[in-house]
Amino acid sequence: MTVESGRIGAGAERSAWGVVRQGLSLTPEFRKGLGVTLVLAVIATSGKIIVPLAVQQTIDTGIATGHPDLPYITRMVAVCAMAVLLTAAAAYLMNVRLYKATESSLATLRVRGFRHVHDLSVLTQNTERRGALVSRVTNDIDQISTFMQWGGLMIIMAFGQLIIASVLMFVYSWQLTLLVWACFVPLMIALPRFQRWLSAAYTRVRERTGDMLAAVSESVVGAAVIRAYATERRTAERIDQAVDANKAAQVKAQTIVGFVFPLTEIVAALAIAGIVLLGVRLGLSGDITAGQLVAFLFLITLFVAPMQTATEVLNEAQNAIAGWRRVLGVIDTPADVADPGDDGTAPPRGPISVAFEDVTFAYPGGPPVLREVTVDIPPRSRLAVVGETGSGKTTFAKLLTRLMDPVSGRVLVDGHDLRGVRFSSLRERIVMVPQDGFLFDGTLQENILYGKPSATREEITLALTELGLADWLEGLPAGLDTPVGQRGESLSAGERQLVALARAYLADPDLLLLDEATSAVDPATEVRLARALEGVTRGRTAVTIAHRLSTAENADEVLVFDGGRLVQRGPHAELVGEPGVYADLHASWISAARS
Amino acid sequence: MANKVTSAVMRQGLRVLGVAIRTEKVVFTFAVLASAVYGGMTVASAWALGWATQNVVLAAFDRGEVTTGALWTGVLLIMGTALLKALGVAGRRILAGLMQYRMQARSRRDVTKQYLRLPLSWHHRHPTGQLLSNASSDAEAAWAPLAPLPMAVGVVVMLFTAAIGILFTDLMLALVGFFIFPAIALLNLVYQRRLSPLVTRAQQLRAEVSEIAHESFDGALVVKTLGREELETDRFRRRAHELRDANIAVGKVRGLFDPLLEALPTLGVLAVLAVGALRLSTGSIDSGQLVQVAYLFTLLSFPIRALGWVLAELPRSVVGWGRVQAVLDAEGSMTYGETASRPDGPASLEVKDVSYAYGDTEVLHEVSFDVPAGRTVALVGPTGSGKSTLVQLLVRLVDPASGQVRLDGVDLRDLPYGGIAESVALVPQQTFLFDDTVRGNIALGLPVDDERVWRALRLAQADGFVAGLGDGLGTHVGERGTTLSGGQRQRLALARAVVREPRLLILDDATSSVDPQVEARILYGLRDRSQASTVVVVAYRMATIALADEVVFLDRGRVADRGTHAELLDRCPGYRDLVTAYEREELERATLDTDTDTDTDTDTDTDTDRRPGLEEEEIRA
Ligand SMILES: Nc1ncnc2c1ncn2[C@@H]1O[C@H](COP(=O)(O)OP(=O)(O)O)[C@@H](O)[C@H]1O
Ligand SMILES: Nc1ncnc2c1ncn2[C@@H]1O[C@H](COP(=O)(O)OP(=O)(O)O)[C@@H](O)[C@H]1O
Ligand SMILES: [Mg+2]
Repeated sequence: MTVESGRIGAGAERSAWGVVRQGLSLTPEFRKGLGVTLVLAVIATSGKIIVPLAVQQTIDTGIATGHPDLPYITRMVAVCAMAVLLTAAAAYLMNVRLYKATESSLATLRVRGFRHVHDLSVLTQNTERRGALVSRVTNDIDQISTFMQWGGLMIIMAFGQLIIASVLMFVYSWQLTLLVWACFVPLMIALPRFQRWLSAAYTRVRERTGDMLAAVSESVVGAAVIRAYATERRTAERIDQAVDANKAAQVKAQTIVGFVFPLTEIVAALAIAGIVLLGVRLGLSGDITAGQLVAFLFLITLFVAPMQTATEVLNEAQNAIAGWRRVLGVIDTPADVADPGDDGTAPPRGPISVAFEDVTFAYPGGPPVLREVTVDIPPRSRLAVVGETGSGKTTFAKLLTRLMDPVSGRVLVDGHDLRGVRFSSLRERIVMVPQDGFLFDGTLQENILYGKPSATREEITLALTELGLADWLEGLPAGLDTPVGQRGESLSAGERQLVALARAYLADPDLLLLDEATSAVDPATEVRLARALEGVTRGRTAVTIAHRLSTAENADEVLVFDGGRLVQRGPHAELVGEPGVYADLHASWISAARS
Repeated sequence: MANKVTSAVMRQGLRVLGVAIRTEKVVFTFAVLASAVYGGMTVASAWALGWATQNVVLAAFDRGEVTTGALWTGVLLIMGTALLKALGVAGRRILAGLMQYRMQARSRRDVTKQYLRLPLSWHHRHPTGQLLSNASSDAEAAWAPLAPLPMAVGVVVMLFTAAIGILFTDLMLALVGFFIFPAIALLNLVYQRRLSPLVTRAQQLRAEVSEIAHESFDGALVVKTLGREELETDRFRRRAHELRDANIAVGKVRGLFDPLLEALPTLGVLAVLAVGALRLSTGSIDSGQLVQVAYLFTLLSFPIRALGWVLAELPRSVVGWGRVQAVLDAEGSMTYGETASRPDGPASLEVKDVSYAYGDTEVLHEVSFDVPAGRTVALVGPTGSGKSTLVQLLVRLVDPASGQVRLDGVDLRDLPYGGIAESVALVPQQTFLFDDTVRGNIALGLPVDDERVWRALRLAQADGFVAGLGDGLGTHVGERGTTLSGGQRQRLALARAVVREPRLLILDDATSSVDPQVEARILYGLRDRSQASTVVVVAYRMATIALADEVVFLDRGRVADRGTHAELLDRCPGYRDLVTAYEREELERATLDTDTDTDTDTDTDTDTDRRPGLEEEEIRA
């Protein structure tokens, strides 16, 4: 099993069988009691031959002779009716068992996949489009369940049906059985080819649907830009194209289905005609009774349904295996930045020290963006990180919070390698506020509570007051109960950052790391926030990344990054005096910030 | 909730179907014709089989010989009906699909046209996720019953011909049929009534599970940095388990009714055999007829379910249609005037008594100011004071609740469609890039040559990194520009605005992700060409504000003051607090440093001896 690390596995390395085997091993709920379900399926399937049997009996015991044996027929019909009810009951039990087993096992798999996505590093998560990642725990799983509940069952039933029908046919007449098979075998051979066409057509439909959804989403997400630049017509054209391409693909797939599906009818008619032609001749030589011959005509119908649905079933089987592959692909992707769990250490809370030792980092397939960074962050220090865009500040932050691991070198927390520190401890002690203040669809309160689920409403209000945001809160129409909208879209960009900051503040970490967390906030509020944070982080460590160099001026120490290297460090007063990157940055900041 | 097959839902559902039938008359007519052929031929094939049984098979067994004529007639009948039936099936399926997909595509085009037509204020009121599902799953659901509809019509034809056929064959057998088929139909109805609310619920839950996954993966950075993976998994697990239970509930109903629906026709065939044998003994029918009726029952048992499929899809269809229709019926389109704008020279802008509200919350109150042609005005105000909202009004993304915005003296509402975009370019606070090339994103359909695009990129300080991209201007930026960093995206958005050489340029905090050095270069560039246009800029940074001829200070949705930077600094305390926050901060710190031991709160008016700014002034010089 070679899963390229740093990417989410496509599961392509596995054979179809391997997928099914591993899939089943991951879903014990499904395997349990599968035997009983299969027995029930066999009973249910055998119900299909009751009608042909009864027809044959009726004709042979009466009709053909011209004097129906009425009491016998009545008895026989009654027995058959009982058998029908029995098989229906078996089918019911089988269905319920199957639904329960598949749904339970797939729910487990779904949750497991979801959890594992969160265990993957951000970097790995970002190698895939969001929609595709979501699919792995939604549509892909649904595809497996549709197959297990319908297609898989159809395969079992179809095989059962074909076998039982063939056995009965063989008992009646081996010649006619051969004839029937001679008619259907070419179709069976052709079916996989039809299925390949169909599957190619469906793949195209899926792709076009993806394009269509992406195009449609632009009209919603880009609403403001589209209006501001009056590009409605151009956007509409793009959407129409995508919608029409999707439609064309759907119609094409449907046309293939439309032609393949009724082929079976024609083959069945051929078989029936053949049976009549040959059967009559066999009958004349006494090899077969009239009832048996007529029963054949009914038995043919048992061949029709399996053939008609075969392309769909094969297609679903393929989809299910592909879905399973993708789900297993996620689960098998190594959690590249893994929680050491119980093997890890959990340094006690309190003043925290961090050290980078010769840390180098490169994004997969790229050049190093951080080179041999060595730095100590003593407890209770206030650190500012500055540098041009792309100099590696965010990368530094992500390594410090262990969102990623260094390519070489070590990051130490209280002397312990970060890789050996339990997440439960790490996430409690070190919290980063990223620039994009992502909010969940809910109220302000729910979002802030995310930082500390056990907090009371009073604690939240207190936290906001400490951050100097009480006035702002009061100005909101519903205060803490103001809905923020999906991703926080009903707040202003700056307000979203305030909420994100309050959320982290409430979490009360030993080290708070702000990565341009107040870039959209006004200076007065920003300064108020900085001061409030300082007040409460006294005794804590604070690392701030900001373009606004006022933060640097206030810090105990400044780290200056340039092209991935730590080029300068020291207090502002010192750095600003010596020629270098910092002095340049500071000069342009000064000219930007001062009147 | 309309999730039961009540008669009201039935009526609405039929109305929806009526809409589709009227829209796609021709396709529907042919689909129904094909389906009727299929229905008729299904009955005919049973009849052919009965005929062959009686006149070929039984005749041969009776007499010990067979005439070639009868034999070949039988074969021809069987093959002929099958061929026609196959054609009917193919036609029905293909045409039904055509109709369904055409209607879906039509709804999607209409809905997105509406999204593009409706004002932004309407978008503000509707969550993104909802709008996306209106265009995708609701448009799909609305027309889902179209797939089985022609078949259902064919089944009606089938039942009708079958009924007549059986009636002519034998009254007693017909009685069995008239008992069994309504029973199947009734069972189907009960089935769908029980099933459809459960299916609707399962579908709802499926959407919710997907939404949670989406939101949770979108917010992965927050989840990780706060270590809330377990919490998120719990949230997901709860919903996933609800979905599991809902699916099992669906499965139980399906598991019960499917076998019943299969057993019922089988019992019917058995009844036909019993009754038929009786009739045969009295000589009322011949064996061929018995086989024919029995065969007919076998053939009919499956298609008859198509009626149920249509019924099953109706509630979903009604809900989907309702949601699509709500979008299509949404009022509040922007109306445009006819007044042509003067196309050259910088534009002038007037804002008069403008108020604006999101829902019931008014966020702008009688805002007034003006920007003379060629001037630069800075909009300054605390977070959430309404700057972005105001900016949206300036380019008529939304219309004011009251008051007016005038461009060159003309109310924006009197300008023709496209008239504003011709003169005004906005760089919004939130960058949005299309899934297109760099060039496509900047030109947005404007016929500009590469030279001009590069010039715009240079001005936006984006030429460097664009040149470094694999295909230069032809590089695809990916879904919403995911392959670029925030600062890079912002600079492309800026280039998009300046490439149009607008007469009025509006920047909403458009350089927040750009570092000060790059920002300074951008600002110099803008200043160099600023004679060509009027500029409104939302900014906090002094350098940007310093570019402005005038400042409008916005506080809690009101214009608190306006004037030059110096005037405001002098007389407006709120403004002073805001823009000098960094300097004051520094001053206080300087003081704090001098008396760290005293640990008292410092005032702003302490001596400024140690003002570090002095050194920087030298650097700047
Ligand atoms: N996910 C990523 N994949 C590849 N390269 C990246 C990724 N994120 C950042 N980079 C690159 O790494 C370098 C440093 O980026 P970053 O740490 O974000 O800089 P800063 O925060 O200082 O602006 C940049 O050249 C950037 O293009
Ligand atoms: N889509 C929206 N729905 C509801 N309220 C909104 C929406 N967008 C902004 N607001 C509210 O309007 C006020 C002004 O927001 P905005 O104009 O974005 O402020 P600024 O740009 O000055 O930070 C804020 O209080 C914000 O919460
Ligand atoms: Mg704003």
